[in-house]
Amino acid sequence: MMSAQRVILQEGLGDNKKEGTMERHFDEELAELKKKLSRTASLVREMISASIDALKERKEDLMKFVLDSEEKVNMSQIEIDDEALKLIALRQPAASDLRLIVSVMKMNSELERMADLAVNIVERSKELLKEPPLKPLIDLPRMADIAQGMLDNALQAFLNRDADTARQVCQTDDSVDDLNDQIFRELLTYMLQDPKNINRAIKLILVARYLERIADHATNIAEDVYYIIKGKDIRHHIENNKSL
Amino acid sequence: MEFKPKIKSENLSLYYGDFCALKDVNISIPEKEITAIIGPSGCGKSTLLRCFNRMNDFIDNVKVEGKVIIDGQNILSEDTNLIELRKNVGMVFQRPNVFNSSIYDNLNFGIKIHRLIRDKRKVQEVIQKSLEDVGLWDELKDRLYTKNARTLTLEQQQRLCIARVIILKPDIILLDEPCSTLDPISTAKIEELLQVLKKDYTIVIVTHNMQQAARISYWCGFMLLGELIEFARTKKIFTNPYDERTESYITGRFG
Repeated sequence: MMSAQRVILQEGLGDNKKEGTMERHFDEELAELKKKLSRTASLVREMISASIDALKERKEDLMKFVLDSEEKVNMSQIEIDDEALKLIALRQPAASDLRLIVSVMKMNSELERMADLAVNIVERSKELLKEPPLKPLIDLPRMADIAQGMLDNALQAFLNRDADTARQVCQTDDSVDDLNDQIFRELLTYMLQDPKNINRAIKLILVARYLERIADHATNIAEDVYYIIKGKDIRHHIENNKSL
Repeated sequence: MEFKPKIKSENLSLYYGDFCALKDVNISIPEKEITAIIGPSGCGKSTLLRCFNRMNDFIDNVKVEGKVIIDGQNILSEDTNLIELRKNVGMVFQRPNVFNSSIYDNLNFGIKIHRLIRDKRKVQEVIQKSLEDVGLWDELKDRLYTKNARTLTLEQQQRLCIARVIILKPDIILLDEPCSTLDPISTAKIEELLQVLKKDYTIVIVTHNMQQAARISYWCGFMLLGELIEFARTKKIFTNPYDERTESYITGRFG
């Protein structure tokens, strides 16, 4: 189903290794942590893709896939947090190691929230299936594509230690916000036209809102990735106001 | 730098014979803060510390170049009064080096040789104050004359060494691995004491224990092969160091 779009992950070991320095068992543990987070991210990405395809093509099997996957994401959230906490307690990490572990914990929460939002999309889709389509869906899938692309790029930036890509993800968020406003305005006209449209239009507005939130979480992940690589906090454009 | 330096070295180099132990070190140590110097064994951190009160003078065949400026005075100049300097810049060593005599004698020693106080009652007061400052008074007040300092626990001995330094009212306290022979609880107690003392003293501590540097210092210098590689806020060193060598050291990749 969504496998054609599936992200190919490069689960490189030991990219924290620097020349002229010794091998550490810790590096393997960090690589394993990264791998686990990447797997969760990959699944969440598929959930988002499936949720919007399910709505567009009115496919119940895709809805089931999303609902079934949520539990997996929840379990892996707990597992990753547990692993990260263990590494902090036992390894007492510093510098780039510390930034990686703390950011993985934050990204982990973002991913779990994204999975919840994919589930929300499916819940609204199920309700929408009970009525005929209000209109062909064009902008919502576009919005979903951008949001997924943001997650893909944030993830690739994470795996390839690519700060520029991470920064670009943050800049993409504006286009998702614009689409959200556009969809709202359009659906408003449907509601004004005929009160019978209100129920479906509101649900589609909610779906747009969920996608907008998903893009926000992808932005947060990209900011975390930037912090891991550069050690600089770019949240809320803080870098313009303060230097660490 | 965002502070007024209490100690400043300028192009400080030091040779043990032909061996260059410090290379062109330029460091500014802030007043009334704790500054930690970290680095692998043999990187020159203890040598640097010993430059601040000229303890290297006791070692043969040492050549020093550059300046060490404390309160505007280059203490490496020949006319420096070394007794005054070492009274003003006290030092605590790795192993507590208490004298084989009573607690009172240990503390009174500095007062006597520096002829600080003549009035015996006043001496008592000063000794009490110094023991209070290091948290030993309540434990030891009844045994000042009878208890041999060597029979104290290592932690108590180290506290006594700190008391022996602060009784002379120095501006600066240098500590060379002061907790390396202590267990974690005693280490924590000494660290707490340093946090209290920093209000009144400029403290420079050399430590192998990176977590200790991270816990107690506000500024931190990293040394490698006689060079000062990086000097920055401790928070910066431990979250996002500037130099790759600092990063490698504090993440345990070498050293």
